[in-house]
Amino acid sequence: MGKKVLVIEDEPNIIEAISFLLSRDGWEVTTHAKGHDAMEAVRQRQPDLIILDVMLPGKSGYDILAEIREDAAFAGTPVLMLTARGQTRDREQAERAGADHYMTKPFSNADMLAAVRALARA
Amino acid sequence: MTVLNLLILVCLSYVVLLFGVAFAADRAALAGRASWLRSSVVYTLSLSIYCTAWTFYGAVGFAARSGLEFVTIYLGPTLVMIGWWWTLRRLVRVGRSQRITSIADLISSRYGKSNLLAVLVTVLAVVATTPYIALQLQSVTLSFAAFAETDPTATTLPDMQSTALWVAAGLALFTILFGTRNLDANERHHGVVMAIAMEAVVKLFALLAVGVFVVWGLSGGIGPTLERIEASALARFEVSGGRWIGLTMLSAMAFLTLPRMFQVLVVENEADEHLRTAAWAFPSYLMLMSLFVVPIAVVGLDMLPAGANPDLFVLTLPLMEGRDGLAILSFLGGFSSATSMVIVAAIALSTMVSNHVVMPLWLHYSGMAAVVSGDVRNVALMTRRLSIAGVLFLGYVYFRVSGGGTALAAIGLIAFVGVAQFLPALMGGLFWRGATRTGALAGVLLGAAIWLYSLFLPSFGASALLPQAVLDQGPWGLGWLRPQALFGAEGMDPVIHALMWSLLLNVAAFILGSLLSFPQPLERLQGAQFVNAFDQPGAPGGWSGGMAQSEDLLTMAQRIMGAREAQALFADAARRQGVAGYLPEPSPDFLQELERALAGSVGAATAHAMIGQIVGGAAVSVEDLMAVADETAQIMEYSIQLEAQSQELARTARQLRQANETLTQISVQKDAFLSQISHELRTPMTSIRAFSEILRDNQDLTPEEQSKYASIIHDETVRLTRLLDDLLDLSVLENGQVDLNIQTGTLEALLDRSVRAAGGDGDGFRIRRVRADEQVELTTDLDRLAQVFINLISNARKYCDAKPAILEIRARLAEDRLVVDFVDNGSGIPTDKHAVIFEKFSRIGQTRASGAGLGLAICREIMERLGGDIAYLPGQKGGAFRVTLPLDAGRLPARGAA
Repeated sequence: MGKKVLVIEDEPNIIEAISFLLSRDGWEVTTHAKGHDAMEAVRQRQPDLIILDVMLPGKSGYDILAEIREDAAFAGTPVLMLTARGQTRDREQAERAGADHYMTKPFSNADMLAAVRALARA
Repeated sequence: MTVLNLLILVCLSYVVLLFGVAFAADRAALAGRASWLRSSVVYTLSLSIYCTAWTFYGAVGFAARSGLEFVTIYLGPTLVMIGWWWTLRRLVRVGRSQRITSIADLISSRYGKSNLLAVLVTVLAVVATTPYIALQLQSVTLSFAAFAETDPTATTLPDMQSTALWVAAGLALFTILFGTRNLDANERHHGVVMAIAMEAVVKLFALLAVGVFVVWGLSGGIGPTLERIEASALARFEVSGGRWIGLTMLSAMAFLTLPRMFQVLVVENEADEHLRTAAWAFPSYLMLMSLFVVPIAVVGLDMLPAGANPDLFVLTLPLMEGRDGLAILSFLGGFSSATSMVIVAAIALSTMVSNHVVMPLWLHYSGMAAVVSGDVRNVALMTRRLSIAGVLFLGYVYFRVSGGGTALAAIGLIAFVGVAQFLPALMGGLFWRGATRTGALAGVLLGAAIWLYSLFLPSFGASALLPQAVLDQGPWGLGWLRPQALFGAEGMDPVIHALMWSLLLNVAAFILGSLLSFPQPLERLQGAQFVNAFDQPGAPGGWSGGMAQSEDLLTMAQRIMGAREAQALFADAARRQGVAGYLPEPSPDFLQELERALAGSVGAATAHAMIGQIVGGAAVSVEDLMAVADETAQIMEYSIQLEAQSQELARTARQLRQANETLTQISVQKDAFLSQISHELRTPMTSIRAFSEILRDNQDLTPEEQSKYASIIHDETVRLTRLLDDLLDLSVLENGQVDLNIQTGTLEALLDRSVRAAGGDGDGFRIRRVRADEQVELTTDLDRLAQVFINLISNARKYCDAKPAILEIRARLAEDRLVVDFVDNGSGIPTDKHAVIFEKFSRIGQTRASGAGLGLAICREIMERLGGDIAYLPGQKGGAFRVTLPLDAGRLPARGAA
């Protein structure tokens, strides 16, 4: 078994696409679709990498990221943020919140894989 | 040494003494030791300039010719003094509070500072007084001649005319020296007043001395004197009642209006208390002056040769008896009477001439530059001095021209009638607020004209100035215009005749003119100050303070000076007073400072009135302030304009701010909308891109996988298309560009269609309807209404979280409206979202569903177009929406209407 990735995303088709890509790349993919209990999912799954959507039902991705960084156990876990809003403002906000990488939807699969691999190596 | 030489020596010494007294008094006043100079005794004595040489010598002559009639000349002033409380007190108070310098000044001040009126009064005063001055010169030369005639050693008779010239020149010198030493605002002359007070004592003492000599020295005591009077012709003079009353009134009026009397009574007055003393002291003085008039007249008529001038009895009786010392004293008395009158008259007239004639002309021709440059003071002093010389020169010329003849004898009463023309304007001004400038001008002009025509011109004798024919037959033969028988008033005494007609017409013109004209604002203000003289503090400009509200003062000052200047002034004063904040205490000092500051903007009188209004206790009524407001209408108008402009600016600024806020808000909304659209578009595109890449890059996919991913791409494309459709739909609806397709159908059929379109009934989603209620015929855009219904049913299907989910569709008619409720059994919409659910992209709780959050916004737009309404129904168990639609198709708004 490879490393564990947790995809926190509410759009089922996007989850499916990411799962397909990362599974084939050797990742153990788990998903979570709601915002408000995302932190619990993180603690439960103990992922090596987190892919986090910004617009989630119940809680925003920025808030979830803040919680992750507050928890000493996951402070160093790489986080890749996805957002459908492509403005500079959103990128800055993601970096401030402590995201390791940031991708705007729609993304190319190659970029996604490259980013995930880079984060996994770091 | 001859008597004549002795007389000259004594006379010169006396003059030197006068100069010395005046000089000492001025020095004392300058050093601040003037209190004793200004006692009520000195004031009373200064009033004695009423008794000129005409009264000193002439009273005896008057008595010798007309018996007791001479008493009227003393009776008039006595009545005025006794009744001081009613008239003089007011006159003095007004004079002091308005800083009056002459009678011309007072009258012009009262009638709105009219210079025309001042010039008129000045001219009339000069015309009436010049002969009077000539009379004084004549009396001095006559008395001098009387000495010369009785002096056998005198080799040559002194030239009368050169004597008069010397006297005039000497008086001019004295008057210039002591009358124009300073240009005090209140025009008080300590030296002059002191000198004439001394002269008053001398003339009374002289007359009493001659009287005592006549009664006890010549007549042998009181008893024999009385017998002599009984036996004389004097006792048998018929006293005409009308003439008696007329002359008494005349002298009373003249006492108030003669320029020189006004000078000592009003201008030189220091305090009301002096009037109180003078009220009894001056009548007593007059009584003493008149005590021996009859005995001297009777004894003179008895003892002096027939044909002797009774006007000189006072002098010739002692001379005849060889009492040279007494005669010289008597001469000094007459000299004092003459000189004191001339000095004061010259001061009064020169003040009027320079203030109202010369200075205005000078200012007019030299322009404002001169006023600013500061040599006004010197010019004023120079004109004052020249005026004094001019007045005395006029008197001398008149004396020369008239030849010192009998024409002068009657000039006293003639002058009285002339100056009496001021009385209606003066008294009216003091007591009647309705008196106006027009009335005063008309009265004085008409009265003066009649006086000139009926008394002054004829007094020069027949054919001198008026042809004999005019005197006898009237001008152009108009009998009723004969100067001394106006309007057929035959056989009257000329003085009484002129007095009656001039005053009657003067008063009539004054009253009529006042009633028919409208007072200027300044007149009205001055009128109020004059008539209500006792309602204001005695000292001009002195504010008692304490009652003023600094706040009110500031408000007023801001209106006049502008907010910044006024606040700076107040704050500065507060700091100097050591008061915290920006409002100073309304101390007298501060009030005066404020008044000066305001005066710069609205003029002194107005500023005074305005502060008075706020400080309280002022005489100015609201009505007067209104008039003042008229006067400063321009200023007000200007400030109102400014105020309006600043309000306009503020309004514009507010509108701009609002517009800016709205724009900012719209901009924020637009940003949010674009961001939202971006998100809604990117999400399906993400799936499409990801799966299309998966299909492209992975050839090893199973057919099931290929098919699944292709249908995801397909679905997401449909979603994108729907989103774009919704956006366009909403855009069209919002812009009001929608074309309604009106059709008719039943509600039941429409709902059937909608339920089908929304996915139907089943799969854990139940729909309950009461079909009986749905048999309603609708005429509207059925497709659009179905769109609303579909949206609501789809929403319930998507969001209702109950198991099983049940949607109740209830239709009913309310009046002329159809009401359809869609109520599900889920948890509904949180209360705080009710307000926003109809906004674009307002998905509740960011629940991910297929919709882009535009559905309800589109529903709201559609219902608005259909003339109905869609609303959330709170208070139901689950989510609940109510659609309301008018049944009457005619109620549909016009196509495209917003």
